[in-house]
Amino acid sequence: MTNKTNRLFCWKRELSVAGAYGGLLLLLAGAAPDFYAGDKFRTILVSSAPVLVAAVGMTLVILARHIDISIGSQFSICGVVAGFLAAAGLPMPLVAALTVVGGGLMGAANGALVAGLGLPSIVVTLATMVSFQEALRWERQGAKVMGPPDFYWFGLGQTAGQLLVVAGAGVVFAAFAWGLRGLAAGRAVYAVGSDAEAARLAGIRPGRVVFWTFVTMGALTGLASLLAAVRFPDVDPNMGKGLELQVIAAVVVGGVAISGGRGTPVGALVGVLLLASIGPALAFLRIPAQWEKAIQGAIILVAVASDAFNLRLRRHAGAGLVAR
Amino acid sequence: MGTLLRLTEISKAFDGVQALRGVSFELRAGEVHALVGENGAGKSTLIKIVTGAHRADAGTVEIGGRAVVENSPLVSRSLGVAAIYQQPALFPDLTVAENVALGFEPRGAWRRVRWGERRARARGLLERIGARIDEDLPVSALTMPEQQLVEIARALGADARALIMDEPTASLPERDADNLFRIIRELRGQGVGIIYISHRLDELASLADRVTVLRDGSAVATRAMKEVDRAELIRLMVGREISTVFPKRSVKVGETVLELRGVGCRASGVRGVNLSVRAGEIVGLAGLVGAGRTELARVLFGLTPADSGEIVLGGRAVAIRTPSQAVALGIAYVPEDRRRHGVILDMAVAANASLAVLRRLSRLGFLDLEGERTLAEEYVGKFSIKAASIESPAGTLSGGNQQKVALARWLATKPRVIILDEPTQGIDVGAKSEIHRLMGDLAAEGMAILMISSELPEVLGMSDRIAVMHQGALAGILERAEATQETILALALGHRGAA
Repeated sequence: MTNKTNRLFCWKRELSVAGAYGGLLLLLAGAAPDFYAGDKFRTILVSSAPVLVAAVGMTLVILARHIDISIGSQFSICGVVAGFLAAAGLPMPLVAALTVVGGGLMGAANGALVAGLGLPSIVVTLATMVSFQEALRWERQGAKVMGPPDFYWFGLGQTAGQLLVVAGAGVVFAAFAWGLRGLAAGRAVYAVGSDAEAARLAGIRPGRVVFWTFVTMGALTGLASLLAAVRFPDVDPNMGKGLELQVIAAVVVGGVAISGGRGTPVGALVGVLLLASIGPALAFLRIPAQWEKAIQGAIILVAVASDAFNLRLRRHAGAGLVAR
Repeated sequence: MGTLLRLTEISKAFDGVQALRGVSFELRAGEVHALVGENGAGKSTLIKIVTGAHRADAGTVEIGGRAVVENSPLVSRSLGVAAIYQQPALFPDLTVAENVALGFEPRGAWRRVRWGERRARARGLLERIGARIDEDLPVSALTMPEQQLVEIARALGADARALIMDEPTASLPERDADNLFRIIRELRGQGVGIIYISHRLDELASLADRVTVLRDGSAVATRAMKEVDRAELIRLMVGREISTVFPKRSVKVGETVLELRGVGCRASGVRGVNLSVRAGEIVGLAGLVGAGRTELARVLFGLTPADSGEIVLGGRAVAIRTPSQAVALGIAYVPEDRRRHGVILDMAVAANASLAVLRRLSRLGFLDLEGERTLAEEYVGKFSIKAASIESPAGTLSGGNQQKVALARWLATKPRVIILDEPTQGIDVGAKSEIHRLMGDLAAEGMAILMISSELPEVLGMSDRIAVMHQGALAGILERAEATQETILALALGHRGAA
């Protein structure tokens, strides 16, 4: 194998999902060119921005061979907190910073329980998911929070606001996509997720790495929540419902292995875009909307099955090399 | 006496490494047949072929006079073979009666469990071996010797006529061992045949009727136990010619780098080890599996920190409580299980090589990717690592090349002391001698090397001094000139000054 094809091989999964996405766009261009006429595309981008930010965080957590299913609840809490802070008259940059810190604190709680006590992350985050959610319901009773005028699109008007939301998500994505390759900390995440014991033998502290991935996940959830909340004049305390599944699905479709250690934020990006486009695409193709979930489910199944298949293929290839 | 079990010309290879070569073995009814040999001589493989866990590449297996073509754990068990391992393989949360009954439930309608019958059966079997254990207790509430008795009862319940016991006394106090011997003799009287694996040659002398010695995958002798003494057995176990030439270089040995003074760790069973390693010196650490060699390495690397004694590094007493402290102090540890923890199979060769020096290779957390590439290319060249590119996942490399990547990772830390745990296990001959050559180079550069190896020729060929461990403690230290396979094995078996 030459160096170049080897490189391409490494991006195989991201490329095949991107290919599927490209196929969908082409299909739309042929069957329903109206899709590109209005601002449909822009709407998809803007509504995907918060999901992308959360998906980047989830990529970190899953790479470290963990999972966080409490992000939906964190997302709702952060949105409500942001609304209150803005209503109290704090300047928007401070509101943003405090929301991110709030998310980080909730992530730290998860991280401390998982890394400090060695509890399984799915159970810990299930518990925090329920407690965060119930705490919020007890406090808000489902009532919305009215934000001040400068909360809606950061007070910049819709066009500039939309641009800021998409740009913000893009910057976060680019920073993490690069950081996972170019930072020692990113390397440590991959090492811990692949083989925590080997990483420990190499002088990395797996507990610390896991703790900080959860903190980062929380902080990014806070940011995502802010990017989602400013799209409406008031904040719905149920805005995060089901977000965790949406995000995990996108990340898995994008080729981040649930078994840890393999995948990239680029894959997560393609996964987010693909899943977000299914719904609008169906509407333009005049397929009943009920099919959206079924198709998304099928895509997830295909993605996971192809992972299993590839893994088996690689094992065989590996065995062949060893024998030689 | 009838023959319960007959193996004829059994051969088996794993990944090109020959584990058994044409071994023939026979077990008669009413005999205790001992199976002895060094680590890696092929005892476990032979047992696994009898129980059907592995399938032989060549040769035939006959159980109870019937040729078994497709052996499997289910088939061998139905033909009356049962195995009892060092660590009891019971279900800790089920009761004694449930454990004994497992797999032998009545075949009636609905497969309904008859609790009364189940209990009575367990009680009967336990009585047959004279064990007084409440059959309603969960197994986790029993002591280790009691669990072993439950395993024997379970084997008898399966109507086992050929019983395999793998080091059953390894973790038993003497009194319980005596009880076990009494049961074994009783079973022998009832016509059960027993394959008995043990490193305790003394107990074999009083217990076994015949003994078969395995060496390097071949059965070198089967004798009546009365006809051989201990010295003869040891000679049979090691009596091989050292054919490989080891590239041992004479290196000027420098100052003491690492010194252990009475180092112990209760949690891992290491006791009072006094040992020193000097610059440019290779100290071989020999001993049987479970003698505490890897445990000692893990103590030195801070994985299970020492709780007694003193570790002196470069003349200074140090506390090593975590691997990252050990790395910072200049200690490197290349672990035994290369495929699991030596290299990370999913990660690229370059990323594997730099994993232990990420801190040195980065500034303010930013990785110097160019520096990483230089580092990886340097070691790929120096060690002639065969990989498609430094970006290929380590899992695509051969075992020998993976081991070189693991070595590269640790040499990149520029250690003062390197601990190599079974550095050449399971890799082919060519790669093996390359690793040996590299070890010589490292010693010549003044590194202190502690090499754990179960291969006596390797220990003898590469070491300046040989420390032998037995049951967690140091049994003795031999100079290169005075060490022979016999003296090492005698120390490893716990016979001071024998042979």
